[in-house]
Amino acid sequence: MSYTRKPAITGWFTGEGDGFRLLGTRCTACASVFFPREDVHCRNPHCAGGPLKEIPLSRKGRIWSYTDSRYRPPSPYVSDPELPWEPYALIAVELEAERIVVLGQAAPGVTVADLTVGMEVEVVPGVLHEDEDTGTTWTIWHWRPTGVAA
Amino acid sequence: MTKDVAVLGAGMHPWGKWGRGFVEYGTAAARAALMDAGLDWRDVRSVVGADTVRGGYPGHVAGATFAKALGWQGATVTSVYAACASGAQAVAAARAQILAGLADVVLVVGADAAPKGFFRPAGGDRPDDPDWLRFRLLGATNPAYFGLYARRRMAVHGDTLEDFALVKVKNAALGVLNPYARYRKRVTAEEVAASAVVADPLRLLDICATSDGGAALVLSSVDFAHRHGVARPVRIRAVSTVTPRFPNTVPDLPDIATDSAVAAAPPARTFRASIAGAAYEEAGIGPEDLSVAEVYDLSTALELQWYEDLGLCGEGEGAKLLREGATAPGGRIPVNTSGGLASFGEAVPAQAIAQVCELTWQLRGVAGDRQVAGARVGITANQGLFGHGSSVVAVR
Repeated sequence: MSYTRKPAITGWFTGEGDGFRLLGTRCTACASVFFPREDVHCRNPHCAGGPLKEIPLSRKGRIWSYTDSRYRPPSPYVSDPELPWEPYALIAVELEAERIVVLGQAAPGVTVADLTVGMEVEVVPGVLHEDEDTGTTWTIWHWRPTGVAA
Repeated sequence: MTKDVAVLGAGMHPWGKWGRGFVEYGTAAARAALMDAGLDWRDVRSVVGADTVRGGYPGHVAGATFAKALGWQGATVTSVYAACASGAQAVAAARAQILAGLADVVLVVGADAAPKGFFRPAGGDRPDDPDWLRFRLLGATNPAYFGLYARRRMAVHGDTLEDFALVKVKNAALGVLNPYARYRKRVTAEEVAASAVVADPLRLLDICATSDGGAALVLSSVDFAHRHGVARPVRIRAVSTVTPRFPNTVPDLPDIATDSAVAAAPPARTFRASIAGAAYEEAGIGPEDLSVAEVYDLSTALELQWYEDLGLCGEGEGAKLLREGATAPGGRIPVNTSGGLASFGEAVPAQAIAQVCELTWQLRGVAGDRQVAGARVGITANQGLFGHGSSVVAVR
């Protein structure tokens, strides 16, 4: 069966391959960056507020910290209870230009043993889960150490 | 004018997995606190409940639920929800009523019957809820965040797994001495190391469990305490419920990203440090004045972080303070003499109240084998999801 790819969340990322980017917003008055996107009002209390403009975030950043999930998370995380649980790594990444730290799952095959704090990683498209009933591949962002092939 | 309120009574229901309803735990704790205060429930004119949230709505709105269970008697009712800081918010609400002259005596109650395993958000598709989003998009449980902090401390400060295990060893040894604790068994560093990894680098025994439990306080004006025959009550001198300041630059539950520091400089103090800072400022004390501290040890590594955020030592020196024995019984500033969450587990609306119960017993000098000799000043530190600070300073 062929699956239709859909973002697991609307408006947080865009593009394919090397063109894949997380999307945030930037306040046109104070330049504060927001991810997840803030579309209503700037949340900087020192700013009178201006229109918020969508921007792509930096592709690469450095690991602030990392961990993994050795036990199956509860819903609303979706996983197949029939299949054995495969732990995934979770990485918090500092983006230098935006001065923000963004969490994300590591790309498949990347374990905590492959990671160190300060290591460079890049954002890549990934799959959150596949839904057989609706034939949907729900897509997400992953962090992957730079220089590692998919 | 003094801003003190008196703690006339403290009571708890033992923590555990009892399989009964939270109303029973809270009511038992309330009756124990009233008995400790020497007051009849009918004499209490105000009750504040810390809410237990079920399915996204505070099922059985807490203040009224406890008031009904104790027997409707016409008291004023207040209910508060601030996640893990609910208990401190309940104390703050009660204190405000007393200091405003709206009530002489207020009963504060929190209780929970926690789910098995991980805490999780309420059901339904709610992509506007950051707590729902972090589970849905990342599978990021609470221990995942504890793991991130722990790994960061190892990288930045050189903390080791052995340091983390020592926190558990210390708190378990204290929990043995507390009849209200769920776990009353000593734990060795080897047992911590041998337990399963939950969220790298943290093991099962580094992370607190979910529990059932209840805690309650009877607070009053100092004048009322005197009239009631209590010449030198334990007094609450400060309650901190501050929010973070923008930009909050430390990744924190339940968010997927930090605030950006591109337009505004990060505050001088992190959120956790600002919680204690506000309590110290209101109480007119500093960390050097403390006899005892109850901190929110959701994980062993997080207890070390609180040492620094409370100013018990400098940044990055938490593990050193622990290794020196300063935070153990007999040390300069014993921390989590109750046994902490390591020994209790989380009963969300009760735990910040339970921390104040322990301070009360320590400051009265009735903490039995856990007693810190000559305890005069105590602080609690806690943090509620979505930016709820929580710290209480009590003195005698």
